[in-house]
Amino acid sequence: MNARATAESIALPVLALAGGLALFGLFVWVGGHSPVQAWTLLFRGAFGDSFSIQNTLQRAAPLMLTALAVALPARAGLTVIGGEGALVLGGLAAAALPYAMPLPQGTAGTAILLVSAAAAGAAWVALAGWLRQWRGVNETISSLLLGYVAIALFKHIVEGPLRDPASLNKPSTLPLAEPLRIGSIGVFGLSDVHWGLVFGVVACVAATFWLSLTTHGFATRVVGGNPRAARLVGLPATALIVTACAFGGAAAGLAGGIEVAAVHTSANASLIAGLGYTGILVSFVARHHPLAVIPVAILFGGFLAAGSLLQRRMGLPDASVQVLMGFCFVIILASEALRGRLGELFVLRRAPVGGSDAAGGAGGGAGSSPALATAAATSGAAR
Amino acid sequence: MSEILDVLLAVLGGAIRVGTPFLFVSLGECLTEKAGRINLGLEGVLVFSAMAGFGGSYLTGLWWVGVLLAGASGALIAALHGLVSSLPRVNDIAAGIAIMLFGAGLAFYLGKPLIQPQAPQIPSLPLGAWSDTAKVVAALQVNVLFPAGVVLALALAWALKNTGWGLKVRMVGDSADAARALGTSVAGVRIAATTAGGFIAGLGGASLSLYYPGSWNEGLSSGQGLIAVALVIFARWQPVKCLWAALLFGGAGALGPALQSVGVTGYYHLFNAVPYVLTLAILVWTCSPRQSVRGAPAELGVVR
Repeated sequence: MNARATAESIALPVLALAGGLALFGLFVWVGGHSPVQAWTLLFRGAFGDSFSIQNTLQRAAPLMLTALAVALPARAGLTVIGGEGALVLGGLAAAALPYAMPLPQGTAGTAILLVSAAAAGAAWVALAGWLRQWRGVNETISSLLLGYVAIALFKHIVEGPLRDPASLNKPSTLPLAEPLRIGSIGVFGLSDVHWGLVFGVVACVAATFWLSLTTHGFATRVVGGNPRAARLVGLPATALIVTACAFGGAAAGLAGGIEVAAVHTSANASLIAGLGYTGILVSFVARHHPLAVIPVAILFGGFLAAGSLLQRRMGLPDASVQVLMGFCFVIILASEALRGRLGELFVLRRAPVGGSDAAGGAGGGAGSSPALATAAATSGAAR
Repeated sequence: MSEILDVLLAVLGGAIRVGTPFLFVSLGECLTEKAGRINLGLEGVLVFSAMAGFGGSYLTGLWWVGVLLAGASGALIAALHGLVSSLPRVNDIAAGIAIMLFGAGLAFYLGKPLIQPQAPQIPSLPLGAWSDTAKVVAALQVNVLFPAGVVLALALAWALKNTGWGLKVRMVGDSADAARALGTSVAGVRIAATTAGGFIAGLGGASLSLYYPGSWNEGLSSGQGLIAVALVIFARWQPVKCLWAALLFGGAGALGPALQSVGVTGYYHLFNAVPYVLTLAILVWTCSPRQSVRGAPAELGVVR
């Protein structure tokens, strides 16, 4: 990737996020609130003081992992959005393991919990990838449906067989023993941030390493970027795709395990908080690049952290952050249309464009104007 | 024995009650997909239109205003999907995910004050009036939108087959190149089809919030819109088959509450997951990795 393309890869999402924030401001303004106050509170609630920064990082940790659940399969060419289901099942696996076997109390026990959480998530997302390879079932639909099944399974088990009789109002599993829980990092002023943040960052860096520097990761990107070429050189597409899905699912499952071991201490409905869905947005904003996931997850973790401030100070509904994220998502996608022509946008506006039909299929058929033909060509190269 | 009959009766009644939203969303999706696009965002459309329909009915006191508002707001959200996925290099599946989250977020935000109140409901037709058994009468109270949906399914099937307008939609869905060669605006037709599909799906949203369950809350739709998308594949893009598929899924969705009413409660959550599992099973059964599903519009990416 040349310098110009890199600059554009950063500029486009930044501009799109600014656009999302602007639209959100307009939205609250129409509702009779001050947009400036909303923007200020969003920033202060996210990064205003040490408490809010810690809150932000706390929320960013699972987002990094659930974003990987979208990003890694995406690099293998699949739009999988099963992070929520994998997270929920990972949390359940971590909470359920002490019922099934005695665990060493301490770090080793925690490690076993987290491995089982990652395995549960990996199996769930790999299933969606395998269904596509085996039967051609659309992976986006199947992963979402599997998410609903996972939540039903979770509720059934938490409210039924594994319910702690002492949890009356909020059905939960038995709380994890104290030595199995994950504590806070406790250095660099991060007194409240738990180790999940380190897991998130390490997972993102490891995923970058895997994709960029290993043969296996390269083969995965070939399968995702050009399935035909992959077939011609005889790459085992199914194995690579299912593995990429399993890696992604493992990350989301790990997020669930960490949430249980560090935050909730048992599996209960608080785990189903939409972290998997926010991870989808994080991954799309980061353009499915694992390293870019880290800052984007921190940004959206910040928005989530600021949500309660918007609610308290301005009386906005708790869904206001969801609205903000919805705006960001739509604009991020729309901004892809500007890729490769950010600089020449204003020139193109005046040039005759070959009718609205050219916009129909992305890269499908020859556009009637040279500008569109080059746009189609660059899009092919970018893939 | 009578308990089994009760469950069957409840499932039959529930098939219509629960299936009505499925019917409208799948008809809307059918129209959209016939034009060669998949709109996963109908889940968001469903949630948003349910909120808008409830709000309209609550504020005006007229249920039919709510129904129309639900359709109009569904069309609005779907039009956004149509516009965004008409941009170059924007994938319709990704746009669908975005609209799903956007519609739900917007609905939760605007619908906050609507969680408590009651709104005038869509009236029901007493199709069971011939019977003197109270349970039969109760099971056959049918939402007036349901017969409207049946008529719509027949009309849509006829219009797609016999009108110039239907031919255009099918042509755009089967070969964008051919449509372009004939001077038809591919993006224009697709945006129109997506918008019209959103209006139809919005009626399903009204049926959720104004008939069954008949109130607005944030957990109103949990994947019904998405199931309906998969259901269109099962129905092989034929509106009349969408009707049968919707009834089948409605019945599956009614199984949990029906069993609960006769005292089988231990597996409540698992029975509620039956529609999702059924959908997955049907997708596995219908799809094939080698060829596209029979009857699929050739431009559709989802069944390649």
